[in-house]
Amino acid sequence: MENEENTVSKKAPAKSRLYGGKVVVSVAFLAFAAAILGLGLLTNILERKNEAKNPFFRVVELTDDTTDPEVWGKNFPLQYDGYKKTVDQVRTRFGGSEAVHKTPKDSDPRSMVAQSRLEEDPRLKTMWDGYAFAVDFREERGHAFMLEDQMFTERQNVVKQPGSCINCHASAYAAYKKLGGGDIVAGFQALNKLPYFEAKKEISHPVACIDCHDSQTMALRITRPAFMDGIKAYKASQGIQNYDVNRDATRQEMRSYVCGQCHVEYYFKGADKQLTYPWEKGLKVENIMAYYDEVKHKDWSHKQTGAEVLKAQHPEFEMFNQGIHSRAGVSCADCHMPYKREGAMKISDHHVRSPLLNISQSCQTCHSTSEAELKFRAEAIQERTFNMRNIAMDALVQLIDDLRKAKERGATDEDLAAARDFQRKAQFYLDFVEAENSMGFHAPAEAVRILGESVNFTRQGQLSLKNGKTLLATAAAH
Amino acid sequence: MNLQFLKLAVLGIAVGGALAIGVYTFVYAKGYSYLSNDPGNCANCHIMNEQFDGWQKGSHKNVATCNDCHTPHDTVGKYMTKASNGFWHSYYFTTNTFHEPIQLTERSRQITEESCRHCHQNMVDAITVSLDKKHTDEVSCLRCHRSVGHLH
Repeated sequence: MENEENTVSKKAPAKSRLYGGKVVVSVAFLAFAAAILGLGLLTNILERKNEAKNPFFRVVELTDDTTDPEVWGKNFPLQYDGYKKTVDQVRTRFGGSEAVHKTPKDSDPRSMVAQSRLEEDPRLKTMWDGYAFAVDFREERGHAFMLEDQMFTERQNVVKQPGSCINCHASAYAAYKKLGGGDIVAGFQALNKLPYFEAKKEISHPVACIDCHDSQTMALRITRPAFMDGIKAYKASQGIQNYDVNRDATRQEMRSYVCGQCHVEYYFKGADKQLTYPWEKGLKVENIMAYYDEVKHKDWSHKQTGAEVLKAQHPEFEMFNQGIHSRAGVSCADCHMPYKREGAMKISDHHVRSPLLNISQSCQTCHSTSEAELKFRAEAIQERTFNMRNIAMDALVQLIDDLRKAKERGATDEDLAAARDFQRKAQFYLDFVEAENSMGFHAPAEAVRILGESVNFTRQGQLSLKNGKTLLATAAAH
Repeated sequence: MNLQFLKLAVLGIAVGGALAIGVYTFVYAKGYSYLSNDPGNCANCHIMNEQFDGWQKGSHKNVATCNDCHTPHDTVGKYMTKASNGFWHSYYFTTNTFHEPIQLTERSRQITEESCRHCHQNMVDAITVSLDKKHTDEVSCLRCHRSVGHLH
């Protein structure tokens, strides 16, 4: 018994020492691991705090003559990275550009273009018959391609394009300054007058930083005289006199106006081909139509019918202004250049593109519903517009056909005058929605209303032919 | 004796070091500030800068802080929620795995909804259709008044 007790009492301390050793080792190990984790966390917090300190580093001095976006990109690398991404070609259901291979030629070295809209929908050829757009019309690509797509479109072979095109297909601010000796309005007028390839020599970049930003303050500013005049005329129609966009526009308005410098309906006024935005009577399609009727502008005479017709360009700004998002104070940039976070910085995404490719940043900032739901809503609007557009286009093709037949049967200009005017109206209204880049999304109800009006014009045009024929027949019988 | 001393010394250094790093990190990251009511602290991690800016210009700035709307109105619930939110916020922020723009969780949405009612119950008594949760959710305050506290 004694022995046993002794062995137990002898063994017990040994066991507990060993046991105690294990505890010490494991606690020390755990403490060690905790310290490492703690250091890791500390480093992370340190980095995150540093992120928030400096919004940007000035590494180069920018002036009002710094045109190269790469130089601006040294001070603003994150914005510049986004800007460079506009080379992406991605389709959406009703828009976007798809990269299509093409064999390079001497006259057109591009090996990649966007899909041809004319091949997708041959009715467009009928609608624009006799005009350069019936020769080559492709889906628009990103900002990065604006210059080469303009230079190498086959339209260049059909018509002599004026220098005015440069206003929106290149970074034109420096060219204005140079040609106008510092006065951008004089430079703008001089550039418009030049033949396209003369004007082309004056520029070197697609749209760049300097076209929207003041180099010293980075504030948005308007650099396109055509927009300054256009918005001034529009404001005057609203009872606001002497509107100076760079003085009077709010910051949020500027986030749409800088885009409206180019994404608009326009025409080249007079022999000098001065780029003009037809907003004197307002921004709605009937205001613009009334303006064109008043100044008796036509883009070309329709090959089959002889009607003096208009081609709507891409009235995104005008259309957006009729929509609910504009009404709610949302700007173009809110959806097409949504704010995003890079580290601690909040910057505008300069990868300008369809919001449908970036639903979380573009839509969910305001709409708290799932991405799938938002995409469904947008596409439902686009599908409705697309179906209505098809109805209007079929109708227009029928009117053109009827007019052509009436002409072949020997109807006089007088007999056809009313129908031709209806063709002019119907086509401009339809084109206003067709050429606008959003398939109705910028102003859903307005787009469908315009298409409804277009169908009404075609039907009235067809009726006027029918009535005219009846009258002629009655006259002959007497 | 020496071995025992060595073991204790290692333990002491390890535990002491871990504690020291822990306390330093806590102080450096202003960990204590999260226990308070100051809305500025919620923007410590700069993810919520926009929400904080929005609140500063919003109508509720004079009457409510972040906690008034985003934590329950009883002490235990409040600190439980703060602890849980605090942990998950730091987790997602540190690992950079959160949805942008940031979104309310269902639980947070319910807390916020209850907070609206906490102050405005007298006003909304008449328009509350039913006490059944299923029905009250359909007339959620946030559905129409989402931008009251802050936009986004």
